[in-house]
Amino acid sequence: MIGGGLLHYWVVIALMMTGLYTMIARQNLVKKIMGLNIFQVSVILFYVSLGKVAGGTAPILKELAPGEPAPLYSNPLPHVLMLTAIVVGVAVTALGLALVVRIRAAYGTVEEDALRKLDEEERAERSTGGGA
Amino acid sequence: MTHLPVLQIALPLIAAPLCVLLRHARAVQIFAVLVAWACLGIALALLGAALPGGAISYELGGWPAPLGIEYRVDLANAFVLVVVSALGAVVLPIGPGRRGHAVPPRREYLFYASFLLCMAGLMGVAITGDIFNVFVFLEISSLAAYTLIALGRQRQALRAAFSYLMMGTIGGTFVLIGIGFLYQMTGTLNMADLQRLLPAVQQSRSVHAAFAFLTVGIGIKLAVFPLHQWLPNAYSFAPPAVSAFLASTATKVAYYLLVRLAFGVFGTAYVFGALGLGALLLPLALLAMFVGALAAIYQSDLKRLLAYSSVSQIGYMILGLSFGTATGLTGGLVHIANHALTKGGLFLAVACIVAQTGSSALSDLRGLSRRMPWTFAAIAIGGLGLIGAPGTAGFVSKWYLVLAALSAGRPEVAFAVLLSSLLAGIYVWRVLEAAWFRDPVQSAPRGEAPLRILIPTWVLIGASLYFGVFTEWTAGIAEAAARQLLEGAP
Repeated sequence: MIGGGLLHYWVVIALMMTGLYTMIARQNLVKKIMGLNIFQVSVILFYVSLGKVAGGTAPILKELAPGEPAPLYSNPLPHVLMLTAIVVGVAVTALGLALVVRIRAAYGTVEEDALRKLDEEERAERSTGGGA
Repeated sequence: MTHLPVLQIALPLIAAPLCVLLRHARAVQIFAVLVAWACLGIALALLGAALPGGAISYELGGWPAPLGIEYRVDLANAFVLVVVSALGAVVLPIGPGRRGHAVPPRREYLFYASFLLCMAGLMGVAITGDIFNVFVFLEISSLAAYTLIALGRQRQALRAAFSYLMMGTIGGTFVLIGIGFLYQMTGTLNMADLQRLLPAVQQSRSVHAAFAFLTVGIGIKLAVFPLHQWLPNAYSFAPPAVSAFLASTATKVAYYLLVRLAFGVFGTAYVFGALGLGALLLPLALLAMFVGALAAIYQSDLKRLLAYSSVSQIGYMILGLSFGTATGLTGGLVHIANHALTKGGLFLAVACIVAQTGSSALSDLRGLSRRMPWTFAAIAIGGLGLIGAPGTAGFVSKWYLVLAALSAGRPEVAFAVLLSSLLAGIYVWRVLEAAWFRDPVQSAPRGEAPLRILIPTWVLIGASLYFGVFTEWTAGIAEAAARQLLEGAP
């Protein structure tokens, strides 16, 4: 088996690092949100892989014929938890994008370094203006 | 009576969308304030029910734990519930602020809806006994907090909210990863069940990783040094009522969560013995105390100064936890209430100033004490509370912290607590000196702040004085709660 049966962990870690790196290294606020999404998706995959049972089928309740062994099924709980986490992720993304729209309207840019410069200029202006 | 635990959360959670439906600014304000006071009433009733020492367990939807979600109220979280709902009830009537604010009056209902959601989320984190539920409520409160902070009247508020959203979501997702590892190892999400099942697997690397992710994730929400970067901007650009509420409750709830996980899920012996959390938290707490206070000294804006002071005060709470003893934990828990009252009162006093002058810069405070004597009397008393002067609530917390340090055989830590109080004295003095001993600027306002803000300010400041003298409702409960936590689940 590729990755010694731990392939899903490697995928999760790779995605997680990609997401975190994007959030830290990118200056564009929209790209930062994309990084955040990749980071959150990695955790969702981590949970989904927790519920997997080797050879298990979809967990659907059914009547068993007499003598028929109960089917092996995957654990549905982590999947259900992730439905909630996806909702949280959507809300965070929506709010983040809404803030980006407001930032763009207020500053005219969504680049982190340009924003920082604008704020610093404003502060410098105010301190010299206050001293006069 | 039996449904009080769920009402505590369901009431503000359902009231928030109702606010959006009501729309009319005045009607929404009255409705939201009534809901907040009802929450306080429920929290007090729960505290009364938890006082005898047992825990109240409530099964959501009638599904018994560990499969169903359980709300579990004991002394520690009843105490936190009272603090959160009391601060919400006192602060909410002030509203989003009138002068040049970012919220047009016809959209004010959204402020009240977000505020109630934030309250519901914070109280949910405190009340629930299900660890995945903790994550959900943590994100509800955080999302509402980002929205509230973005309502500040300067455009920097938007940037502050955005970077808080980035940091906060990383923190929340770390918590989620930690919960995943715990579930992987035990197959349960119920905290009491986790506490029962964890000892068998606690030496595995997965549980170590779970603890690390949870501690760092909560550390971000708690703004424990060096994860506090989001806090100064968020608190200084948010509307004053929001700063007052968040500064006094959001980090406190995160602190409670860390305490609950350390004592109620992982267990004292494991966390402080095998993992040595105390050895990690103690230096961080000391650094937070000094770095926060030193940074506060150099601020030129009162709100920012108070925000850095919060970093330092969070250090005291962490210090209390780091000893892992009943006295230390009592100091940490009692500081939840004492600091909430003091800092809430101080931020409301800033709201008074902003309402009259439109600015919170120290240079604009010159001579204002003559024009606004009541506001600045509140700031003076609150400032003494931050220093920890005898007779204020801050003194009670520091008393327990110093006692804990001495009984842990660390007199140098006790000395550090006193030394950092001196630093607090310097930044408080800078504010008082500007307000009392300088001549007023030309544009200084003529009169005192409106009673609408002044009364809540004095309610909190007065309470901080009252609880500085009569401590049975703060330190008494905190002490019993700390004992209950240390003895493990009842």
